[in-house]
Amino acid sequence: MPSDRVSYTLDSTLETVNNAEETATRMAAEAGFDDEEVMKISMAVREAAVNAVLHGNAYDPSKKVTFAFERTTRDLVIVIRDQGKGLDVSRIPDPLAPENLLKTSGRGIFLIRSFMDVVEINPSQTGTELIMIKHVHGNPADSKEAPQ
Amino acid sequence: MSMKSSTRQVDGVTIVDLSGRITLGEGSVVLRETVRDLLSKGQKKILLNLADVNYIDSSGIGELVSAFTTAKNQGGELKLLNLTKKVHDLLQITKLYTVFDVKEDEAAGIKAFNK
Repeated sequence: MPSDRVSYTLDSTLETVNNAEETATRMAAEAGFDDEEVMKISMAVREAAVNAVLHGNAYDPSKKVTFAFERTTRDLVIVIRDQGKGLDVSRIPDPLAPENLLKTSGRGIFLIRSFMDVVEINPSQTGTELIMIKHVHGNPADSKEAPQ
Repeated sequence: MSMKSSTRQVDGVTIVDLSGRITLGEGSVVLRETVRDLLSKGQKKILLNLADVNYIDSSGIGELVSAFTTAKNQGGELKLLNLTKKVHDLLQITKLYTVFDVKEDEAAGIKAFNK
């Protein structure tokens, strides 16, 4: 299978979220993932795009979101960067804790981690970079979380 | 595909038939406004039929939680009916499956309100 790479920069809008989800769905299907895995990958990308547009860039029209999708023989690698203040992962409460179950938000990162094989979050003062990897042929020995 | 919503009354229970996607933006707004409208009219037994909801994101999950707690806080009750496998799995991994009262059969769902 040949390598394939797509990257682009978009405005901080809901259309961008939908666009990213559609690209993820197409590239995951082309990489040979089954329907359930395609759904998980596209949902992880949607959640990451929502984080970038809504929580990172706060719909600021002057701030952009950059996407890179790369398909290799081994992996589907997706990198999303926003221009926000930098996500403080330590401040995200555990959505599975009993006291948080009825909260109406805060599940996005949890879902991304549930659906992808490797998730790396790199916040800085100029924005957050989120790297997500799904192995084309799932290897249970691979770690769920990349080292920070 | 955006979300569509229609309501019907059966034995004092309002069944809301939803179809499409409950996601950030339109789908979540439709659900929120539908439930608030029903509660404001005093229709406080609400059964959300999700048979034709094929996709929910974290915003949609939040909207379901909000609908559930809003109904409860106003003395009402909200139950879920006919989850697709995708939505069922999503509620399982977020540990919400046991929070919501989920029914697989419309008649049983209606009966559960009128115990």
